[in-house]
Amino acid sequence: MDNGTALVKHDNNPDHDHDFENTHDHTHHQVQPELRQQRKSREELTHIKGWGADLDHKNRPGVPMERTPPRYTPADMPTPQAQVQKVEVLVSNERPGITQLHGSRQPPSGLSGMLRRAAFKFTENDIRHWLILLGADRINVVEGIVDDLAHGHVPNILGEMGIKAEWEHNKKGLATKVAIAGAIGAAAYFLLKDRDERY
Amino acid sequence: MLAMNYRGPYRVRATHKSDPVIEHPGDAIVRVTRSCICGSDLHLYHGMVPDTRVGHTFGHEFIGIIEEVGSQVQTLKVGDRVLVPFNIFCGSCYFCQKELYGNCHNVNAMSTAVGAIYGYSHTAGGYDGGQAEYVRVPMADVAPIKIPDDIVDDDAVLLTDALPTGYQAAEMGDIKEGDTVVVFGAGPVGIFAAKSAWLFGAGRVIVVDEVEYRLEFVKRFAQCEVVNFKDVGDMALHIKKMTDWLGADVCIDAVGGDAAGSMAQTVTGRLMKMQAGASTVLHWCINSVRKGGNVSIVGVYGPTFNAVPIGNALNKGITMRMNQASVKRHVPRLIEHIRAGHIDPKQIITHRIPLEDVGDAYHIFSSKLDNCIKPILIPPRAHEVRAVAASVAK
Repeated sequence: MDNGTALVKHDNNPDHDHDFENTHDHTHHQVQPELRQQRKSREELTHIKGWGADLDHKNRPGVPMERTPPRYTPADMPTPQAQVQKVEVLVSNERPGITQLHGSRQPPSGLSGMLRRAAFKFTENDIRHWLILLGADRINVVEGIVDDLAHGHVPNILGEMGIKAEWEHNKKGLATKVAIAGAIGAAAYFLLKDRDERY
Repeated sequence: MLAMNYRGPYRVRATHKSDPVIEHPGDAIVRVTRSCICGSDLHLYHGMVPDTRVGHTFGHEFIGIIEEVGSQVQTLKVGDRVLVPFNIFCGSCYFCQKELYGNCHNVNAMSTAVGAIYGYSHTAGGYDGGQAEYVRVPMADVAPIKIPDDIVDDDAVLLTDALPTGYQAAEMGDIKEGDTVVVFGAGPVGIFAAKSAWLFGAGRVIVVDEVEYRLEFVKRFAQCEVVNFKDVGDMALHIKKMTDWLGADVCIDAVGGDAAGSMAQTVTGRLMKMQAGASTVLHWCINSVRKGGNVSIVGVYGPTFNAVPIGNALNKGITMRMNQASVKRHVPRLIEHIRAGHIDPKQIITHRIPLEDVGDAYHIFSSKLDNCIKPILIPPRAHEVRAVAASVAK
């Protein structure tokens, strides 16, 4: 058992003695009975299905690092054959060359792609690497809308954001959002209108 | 094929994409029968993970039927029903030999800090995920696990991530008999972490969240105490009061970068992306655990940086352990627990949504509408696929 038992033993030890017996108080011992009250007994926990089932280390798959059935382990553990690279894959400069296997979806393109290439000139240890990638992500969103329109597809942005679910399950929230958006829109309109009139 | 398609923060839709193909002789193509939306998908959905490219298909929790195999694949055949751990790994590198499958060194060219994960941005390798009709599964002899006949699909799909991650969270907490365990987050992983804490002999389990229906659910499912952090003042002080002013023996972060509860963290982490998400729960863990206690982190953070009170951790002598779950290591043990009736994973599934309505599915899960705990996506031909598999088996 953990510290609870150790402290209890200390409490009840008739041989408890040391050089400082008379120079310090034992107020810290007074906490322990309360602590024990917080901890339920074995009997109080047995109603929980599976309680303590993995308490014994021998039952844990990770202690030791063995399991049954044993994992698939080829005799000589060969390095996997290299995947043929068919699209541009950006590679971290914290490793030598490309990995044996790699993802091949959404290769970098456009302005966001240029930024991503720039980001990969920095190490993962360099904050610029990640911040440039986040910036590229935002630009990529605009590129996605332009790409949709270029292919004759007007994106249903409200649908993509789950407006149907919002209407079904959160009408009040939707009404609030619409009201707030309307108020902001109206305020912006009147502010701009006033500005036009001023000039 | 039909697949989920990321268009930007808070925007996803189902579109037709080209079918995946065998790109390596060790690959397989899996026809998906169930895929989940994971809480960590929401970090992508909210635009918090760098190098999440428009057009990407998310989904790292999926099961399916083997549709096609590469020339090197020996252990699987067309028609096999498999669950696919969310980690992509080679099985032979330095890390895989240590069963640290989430840290494989041969599968992610784009990062050395992050392993490869299906549908989890290019930072995690740039592989499309399983919220689709088909998915490319690299190293098919190594990762996928044939699903035993007595394990139903809804249990199997939760063995690909949510349950093993919750279980590993408890394991990394090194729980001793009688320990007081605090789990931050009552999402699927937090729910399974709380349940697993009992398996490891916890004497007391407390779950913290802000959403009442999630707290009600976890209280029933994991027989634990619950705390709504909106009802208490300072979280660390509250935990100290609950634990005779010592602090919890083990604190588990099952939230990650999307944590609520701190205005400053929300603004700098979640909204402005100035750090790798809000580190609110990390603060709570470090400050709520007792001196010499253990903090276990499975909540996902981005790879940038976080303002973390490491000085407190040092001075308290805390042990901190964290990792992506090594799913394959845990699955055999967890199947034993399911068979023994210790845990019934499928109970947490609250929504079954057609893949076509993926935009609504993400919104429901992200906004915690309709008492959603765990949504699964059903591709259009999932049931037809089962019939095909059955005929192959005969």
